[in-house]
Amino acid sequence: MKYLDEYRDERIARNLVTQIARRVSCPWVIMEICGGQTHTLMRFGIDELLPAEVEMVHGPGCPVCVTPLEMIDKAIAIASQPGVTLISYGDMLRVPGSRTDLFHVKAHGGDVRIVYSPTEALKFARANPDRKVVFFAVGFETTAPANAMTVWQAKREGLRNLSMLASHVLVPPAIRALLSSSRNRVQGFIGPGHVCTVMGYREYEDLVHEFRVPIVVGGFEPVDLLEAILMLVTQLEAGRAELENQYARSVTYQGNRQAQTILGEVFEVCDRKWRGIGGIPESGLSLREEYADFDADRIFGTEQVTAEEPSECISAEVLQGLKKPTDCSQFARRCTPETPLGAPMVSSEGACAAYYQYRRHMVATSSGGQ
Amino acid sequence: MSADTRFGVGITCPVPIRPQESVLLGHGSGGKLSSELVRNIFLPAFQNPILERLDDQAIVEVNGSRLAFTTDSFVVKPLFFPGGDIGRLAVNGTVNDLAMGGAQPLFLSLAFILEEGFPIEMLRQVVESIRVAGSVAGVAVVTGDTKVVEKGCGDGLFVNTSGIGLVSRDLRLSADRARPGDIVLLSGTIGDHGIAILSQREGLEFDSEICSDTTALHRLVADMLEVSREIRCLRDPTRGGLSSSLNEIAERSKVSVELHESAIPIRDEVQGACEMLGLDPLYVANEGKLIAIMDPAAAEPVLEAMRRNPAGRDARIIGKVTEGNPGLVTMRTKLGTSRIVDLLAGDQLPRIC
Repeated sequence: MKYLDEYRDERIARNLVTQIARRVSCPWVIMEICGGQTHTLMRFGIDELLPAEVEMVHGPGCPVCVTPLEMIDKAIAIASQPGVTLISYGDMLRVPGSRTDLFHVKAHGGDVRIVYSPTEALKFARANPDRKVVFFAVGFETTAPANAMTVWQAKREGLRNLSMLASHVLVPPAIRALLSSSRNRVQGFIGPGHVCTVMGYREYEDLVHEFRVPIVVGGFEPVDLLEAILMLVTQLEAGRAELENQYARSVTYQGNRQAQTILGEVFEVCDRKWRGIGGIPESGLSLREEYADFDADRIFGTEQVTAEEPSECISAEVLQGLKKPTDCSQFARRCTPETPLGAPMVSSEGACAAYYQYRRHMVATSSGGQ
Repeated sequence: MSADTRFGVGITCPVPIRPQESVLLGHGSGGKLSSELVRNIFLPAFQNPILERLDDQAIVEVNGSRLAFTTDSFVVKPLFFPGGDIGRLAVNGTVNDLAMGGAQPLFLSLAFILEEGFPIEMLRQVVESIRVAGSVAGVAVVTGDTKVVEKGCGDGLFVNTSGIGLVSRDLRLSADRARPGDIVLLSGTIGDHGIAILSQREGLEFDSEICSDTTALHRLVADMLEVSREIRCLRDPTRGGLSSSLNEIAERSKVSVELHESAIPIRDEVQGACEMLGLDPLYVANEGKLIAIMDPAAAEPVLEAMRRNPAGRDARIIGKVTEGNPGLVTMRTKLGTSRIVDLLAGDQLPRIC
């Protein structure tokens, strides 16, 4: 299949692995930012192929995982109200809040629906003027423009029954927070290909220069990731710290200007809490004052809802690349995708869930089946 | 409007979700939640050795004859989809459950639950489709039932079919018969039905040429059994897909199954749709495919027989049974690495990005 098979080609992949092995002379810690990249690494067993010197750690780029507990609680509170239809992306429905998840709200009569595009929420709101339609908008810069477009369109049409519970997060502030930490181990980043398709990669220049850390924007297929790793290893071995773009078939320096314009029109940067990490300044997007009438948080009075995460979950360390999912004493025991104790186990793109789904057998073997 | 802010306030620990508290959609997915229902609710209530085999059909002996008996309910939405409709599915689904026991399907029952207000013309179309599918499969609908529920208490139309078939005396096909050294055969491309349905679902519609693969498989099974009796187990990987069927076999037979990714046939359109939606085709439903576990010595004639039948045209060997970790299904990826092919808790959900 065009643009798929060639990026999963064993011969090309093996060749890249050989080049990485040839180039590497000492240990390096590389973080892939996106959950989608983590998923590919695990699904294709790419870390098995890499030389021991290259350690992959998994970043905070799973939008479902980093959505704060209180946002889930807010969505659940809103969806439980009569007359409300709550619409979101499929994998948000399984994420446990403090007490329950949206699937259980649905099972108890709440009107909770899955869509693939937020414009479906717009269609539903138009067709059902008697329902209070709430779109639960999560994700990074990738999903933000389409969500922005939905609210923008609703305002233009004077649609009064659509609102948005917005929990968008931004990648560059998260990388900044990671690099600013005294415990940081990461020496090079595979940048987020989809996010950069929208935003371009110019906003990563400052990080590269300020922290002298190489960033290579990478794609999501095995060959993409191996090529990005090779580019990073090449830079690290040469003592360089530059911004490079492996995912050039999708990403440009400037990004998608139209998408950025609509994003800026509807959203503004705000401080945001990340599940598993905590508060990061200027790391989220919220609706601008001009769109306050579409802010579900205000409409449904959920602004004061807060929640704390369980202390036994080591997700903060996992999401910062300080620990591996398998370092957790509860991994695959009390903490499973059916009964997640914390953020990275809840979505298939979370690091813990990816390890659980694809690597459990190796963990069991290597730890003597404990 | 602050009445509901009590949700979440001051609560500090996500209590593990107890799926048993209420029925979730995932309980009907064919994954872990489904098997929990069977294990915790149904099996303890009806304990008997026939049920405990947990195959797609029960095989019972009556006056010296071996009968296969099965039932299936159909709640698909939309009722009409590319490549089929609920009526065709209701016939082929039950015929296939019988066929996986090696039975010659004979008779079907047909029960409708209709919602008040459902258009008679649409019912007529579904019934006509059942007539045609029954005639193609060579099974007769010999009894039936109709119930109507109030508007809002159903979803248009639900169908249940039960089926009876005859099994020859010496045939034993069951999910607990796989042995290390056996091979896994697959009759054709996976994921066609699930993606055809998904492409029509509200909120996820996309243009595609993908058609459901719904078809009756009993003649394919007969062709296979005619050339070899070394087949130990047959399964049609419907909801939950290839992965769920193989996990079930691995668990019941206490063996490990290793698949080869490059051997599993997937249409480009299906692969493309799965990539777009963030789904794994191994978990997507099929309605006209089967997997066979058998002795490798007899594989060639069986494969040839399968390929001569249109329903098995793309048949191939996709993996093998090993001693490994009992109950574990793994896959050798195209890159030569290994990964688990797990049983999912519930339905696969489209990812955010």
